[in-house]
Amino acid sequence: MARSLAGFLVFSLFVSICGAASLFQPISESHRSAALELFTPDHGSFKSLEETYEALRTFEVLGIEKKPDLTASACRSISETLGSPSSTPKDLFYALKANSIAKCRINEKTSEGIITKLNAAVSGASSLLDFYYSVGGLVLIKDQTSKADVHLADAEGVFRSVKAFSQSDGRWRYSSNNPESSAFAAGIALETLAGIVSLASSEIDQSLINTLKNDISKLFDSIEKYDDGALYFDDKLVDGREYQGPLSTTSSVVRGLTAFAAVTAGSLNLPGDKILGLAKFFLGIEAPGDAKDFFNQIDSLACLENNRQEFLLVRVNTVLGSSAPPLTVKLVGAYSSGSKDKSLVESQELKFEAGTGVHILNNLPKTIDVGSYTFVFEIVLHESEHEKIYVTGSQTKVPIFVTGLIKIENAEIVLDNDLGNVEAQKKLDLAGQNAVSLSAKHLQKLRLSFQLTTPRGRAFKPHQALLKLRHESKIEHIFVVGNPGKQFEIVLVKYLLFHRLSTFLDFLQLVDKFFYLSGRYDIELTVGDAVMENSLLQAIGHVELDLPEPPEKAPRPPAQPVDPYSRYGPKAEIEHIFRAPDKRPPKELSLAFLGLTILPLLGFLVGEKSGT
Amino acid sequence: MGKSSSSKDAQALFHSLRSAYAATPVNLKIIDLYVGFAVFTALIQVVYMAIVGSFPFNSFLSGVLSCVGTAVLAVCLRIQVNKENKEFKDIAPERAFADFVLCNLVLHLVIMNFLG
Repeated sequence: MARSLAGFLVFSLFVSICGAASLFQPISESHRSAALELFTPDHGSFKSLEETYEALRTFEVLGIEKKPDLTASACRSISETLGSPSSTPKDLFYALKANSIAKCRINEKTSEGIITKLNAAVSGASSLLDFYYSVGGLVLIKDQTSKADVHLADAEGVFRSVKAFSQSDGRWRYSSNNPESSAFAAGIALETLAGIVSLASSEIDQSLINTLKNDISKLFDSIEKYDDGALYFDDKLVDGREYQGPLSTTSSVVRGLTAFAAVTAGSLNLPGDKILGLAKFFLGIEAPGDAKDFFNQIDSLACLENNRQEFLLVRVNTVLGSSAPPLTVKLVGAYSSGSKDKSLVESQELKFEAGTGVHILNNLPKTIDVGSYTFVFEIVLHESEHEKIYVTGSQTKVPIFVTGLIKIENAEIVLDNDLGNVEAQKKLDLAGQNAVSLSAKHLQKLRLSFQLTTPRGRAFKPHQALLKLRHESKIEHIFVVGNPGKQFEIVLVKYLLFHRLSTFLDFLQLVDKFFYLSGRYDIELTVGDAVMENSLLQAIGHVELDLPEPPEKAPRPPAQPVDPYSRYGPKAEIEHIFRAPDKRPPKELSLAFLGLTILPLLGFLVGEKSGT
Repeated sequence: MGKSSSSKDAQALFHSLRSAYAATPVNLKIIDLYVGFAVFTALIQVVYMAIVGSFPFNSFLSGVLSCVGTAVLAVCLRIQVNKENKEFKDIAPERAFADFVLCNLVLHLVIMNFLG
C-alpha cells in the first residue's frame, strides 16, 4: 500500500541565494526617511550616549550621510564621558560604542585609564550586565586604540563565571540571585562571551565553547513562530520590569549570535531556515515607529547581512514536506533568460549537509551575474531500492533571480556646439547629489553618458534608462537613453536653423515636441532594473534653453490636466475686510488731559475746604 | 483821564461785587464752586477734542453733557436752596437736595448708556 501511495512524488526545491543577491530590498527610502524622523537630536545632541550610538549606527547601516554637527556634538559628549572619572562601565561602554562609528580621537592617557578601570570592573563584576558592559568596553577600546595589549588576564575564569549564569534551557539569568532567565539575557551573554574569547590571550578551552554551542541550539528550541514562517524569540512575561518584547529580545539574540560566530572557528551549525525565519521576522515588521525598535531592527538585519556568504541552498522534500531519502542534487545547467540554449555552468554536484538537510553549492560560478536565470537540477537517489518508491522527474527547472549593486562610472554631461567641439563638460556623481546648471542655445547638442558594470565586471544594460526634461510650465519630455556600444548616450537637443529643416526632420520633431518653449528645464535621470539594487531616480540639475521663436503654425503646448482631486482640496483662505482703525492720539497727550480733568475737581475740593 | 477813571470804576465794581458776594451763605458758595468745577471739566474736554479730534464721539458727547448736565442741575439746586428766592420757600433744602441727587442719578444712567 505504502509503495503504491508513494508512487508519484514531486520534489519541491527551496532555493535562496545570498551574497550577490541580497534580501535587502525591503529596506528602502521609507526606512531612511523614518530614520531621520525618529532620530532627531534635541538641540543638536541626543539625550544619552546610548541614543547617540543607536542613531549613528542606524544612519551608518542605512547609508545616511551623517551631519557634521551631529558627529561633533557626539564627539564632545564621548570625550566628556571617557575623560570623566565618575563614569560607570555602562557609560564608558556606550561612549566607546558611539565612538566606534563617530571615530573621534581618544588620547593615549585616557584610553589607558579606561582599560585599567574596565579591567577592574571585570574582576569586580557580579552580574551579567556588569560583565557585559566591562567586557564589551574592553573589546571596543581594543579596536579603537593602537595599543594591542588589551587582554583579559584570566579569560577562562571570566568565561566560566559568565557561563555560570546559563540555564539548562539555553536562557540566561541576569545575576546569580535572580532565578528568572530570559532569551534577552542569553543574547547579552553570548555577546559578552564572544568579547571574552576575542580578548583572551591564550586559547579558550574548546569544551567550553562546545557546551556553549549546545546552549545555543537549546535556545533555538524555544524559538517561536508566526504563521508566515517568521521566527522570533520572546520571554515570558514574568516580571514586567525586565520584559523587553519580542523585537528587542530577538535582536539581542541575533547580536549575540553573530558576535559569537565571528570569534569562534567552527561553524555554529544553525539551520539556515531558522536564520531566514529571523530575517523574515525583522523584515516583516516594516518600519517601527519607535527609535529603539527601529534601531533593533536595522542593527539586527545588518548583523545578519554581515554573516552572509555567497552560496546556493537547495532543500529537497516530498510533496507533503517530509524529508527526502538519501540523494544527490546536481546542478546540470544554468541558463540566462535571454539565451536558452547555452548553459553557463558546468554540471556539478551540491554538497549535502546532514544536520540541516540542505544541499549547498558554495561559491556560485563566476558566469552567474545579476539577471534572471533558470537553474536546472537533477536529483539522483542513492539507493536503487528507493527509485521504485519515489519519482524525481528527470530535471527540475527553477527560475532564479540574482540581484546586485551595479557600479555607475564615467557619468558626464557634455554640451557640444554645432561643429562638434566640446563647450562644457561636467562630471556627474550619480550615486550622490548633483546640481548641474547649463545653458544651451539652439545649434547646440547635449550629451549625457554613463557606464554601468555588474559586480562581476561586465557591462550592464538596464531595463529602463530614461531621461526626463521638465519645463517650468510642468510640460515633460521623456527620452529613452540608447545604447550605442558600451556607453549609454543620448543626443538630446540639437537645434538647427530653419532653412535646414528638411535635412533634419527628426530634430524638427524634437523642436515641435518642445513646443518652442524657451526657459529652464529640469533634468531627471531614471536608471532602473529589477536586478539592480541601486536603481536610481535622480534630479541632475537644470538646463536653460534658448529656443527660436515659434513659427505661425507651431503646435501649442497642451493644457496641463487639472488634478481632479484639487476640487476636494482646501479652498483659499477667506480674508475679512475690517475698517481701518481710527487714529489715536499719543498716549502722553491723553494722560496729560486726564490729569487736567482732575484739576477742577481738586480745585473744587480745596475751595470747599477753605470756604468752610 | 477817562482810561484811569474807567479802570477805577472797574475796580470799584469788582470791589462791590466781591463784598456783595462775601455776604452769600456758605452753602451757596459751595454750589457755585461745584458749578465752576463742572464747567471747567467740560471746557477741558472740549479743548482735548479740538486738539485730538472727535474720534470716540459718543465718549466726548457723554463727557461734556455729563458736565453740562451736572452744572445745570447744580444751578437748579442753588435756585431752590437760596432763601432769598421767595418762589421756592415752600421747598425744604433737604427736599431740593434729594431732587438734585435723583436727577443726577437719572442723568448719569443715561450718560453711562450713551458712553458706548
